[in-house]
Amino acid sequence: MNLIIIFISAALINNFVLIQFLGICPFVGVSKKMDSAVSMGLAVTFVMVISAAVTWLIYHLLLVPFDMQILEYVSFILVIASLVQLVEMFIRKVSKPLYDSLGIFLPLITTNCAILGLALISVLRDYSFIESVIFGAGAGVGFTLALVIMAGIREELELAPVPKHFKGAGITMIIAGCLGLAFMGFSGLI
Amino acid sequence: MDLNSLLIAAGSMGGLGLIFSVGLAIANRKLHVEEDPKIHQIHEVLPGVNCGACGFPGCGPFAENVVNGKADYNGCPVGGQEVAEDIAEILGIESETSEEKVARVMCQGGIVETAKKAVYEGIKTCTAATLINKGEKFCEYGCIGYGDCVEACQFDAMYMNNNGLPVVIEDKCVGCGKCVEACPQGIMEMHPVSHKVLLRCKNEDKILFARQVCTRACIGCGICVREAEEGKLTMSNNLARIDYKKFGDDTKIPTEKCPGKCFTNSGEV
Repeated sequence: MNLIIIFISAALINNFVLIQFLGICPFVGVSKKMDSAVSMGLAVTFVMVISAAVTWLIYHLLLVPFDMQILEYVSFILVIASLVQLVEMFIRKVSKPLYDSLGIFLPLITTNCAILGLALISVLRDYSFIESVIFGAGAGVGFTLALVIMAGIREELELAPVPKHFKGAGITMIIAGCLGLAFMGFSGLI
Repeated sequence: MDLNSLLIAAGSMGGLGLIFSVGLAIANRKLHVEEDPKIHQIHEVLPGVNCGACGFPGCGPFAENVVNGKADYNGCPVGGQEVAEDIAEILGIESETSEEKVARVMCQGGIVETAKKAVYEGIKTCTAATLINKGEKFCEYGCIGYGDCVEACQFDAMYMNNNGLPVVIEDKCVGCGKCVEACPQGIMEMHPVSHKVLLRCKNEDKILFARQVCTRACIGCGICVREAEEGKLTMSNNLARIDYKKFGDDTKIPTEKCPGKCFTNSGEV
């Protein structure tokens, strides 16, 4: 039960993008097309789940026994950067068009605050191994959800008569704000 | 903190880094993607300013697209003929001589020549001024005169003269076309260097009005069309147009009788 609550809480109630405002950069940058939004979401989810597991192991098996919690930032960034490199190589090998459409945002997952935030929050809340993996999965699903919703709206928006001065970044920010408001409605869920 | 913990910290971080780097090295082997060496070679010969004039985000993507056949080998306007030849050599294709292009100002209506309908005191850019009733000059087709084109030029090839008109220094112009994009009025045009004779007016007003708004306006009288050889010039929407396919590289101005003196031979400002 506890695991389900953690998952739903990470995906909807405390959605990383729309409620906690982490990882806004890819949220605005890669949400123009549905397929690149989905694959970006999947890439981030993959990195989140694996890094949640690896950072938990590093924190509890290496940092805590040697009393080196101060190094958590360094080691977490190390894990995330390596994982992102791996994902980048993999996507480049499997699908060159996808690699091109993700562009700079793929290597930028390294500096995506959502992922570092995830690792730090799960340390902060003292999650067990299983819990932190589930937390990572939930956060990844939440991130994908936000990206997909945004991409869907922005694809429709291409055809909509947006007032001249709202075009581009302006209307995107307004939509992001509305989505954030909508997700606040989940706060009574649990 | 004693020396021991320092060593443990350094050792464990180093160890982690080593493990990850070995993992990545193995992954790199397994997931290696063969890249065409031509892409790198072409990137080497490109100017490397990443100006984006070719239509791609920078020199790297351009090189890639040339190899993939999505871009022309002579697609780099900044590098011009030289770079095109180098790229053709790398690709192993024959290079054709493509004509170098330069930007030209297609308006002669400066402060002296044109009549003003109002005084504009807003933001001093052409784009802003165009939004408000097409600027302060009566002529709705002409140069606004705040120098957006000069601002856009990355190569110091343009300046505003005293008469409020932009001037292209053709020796410095690399033909990137940034000024053409910047001009809200479409006054800037790219022309091959060999096109010496230009019709420097865009005014499509009827004869009486055109005469009032600018002393150098094409009023659409058609005298040039009558005097020139058949087909070299055409008239549409009260504006004469040069058909360069027939006009070719002729350096002679079609007629001296043009009331607006719209034709110029490039070289003179």
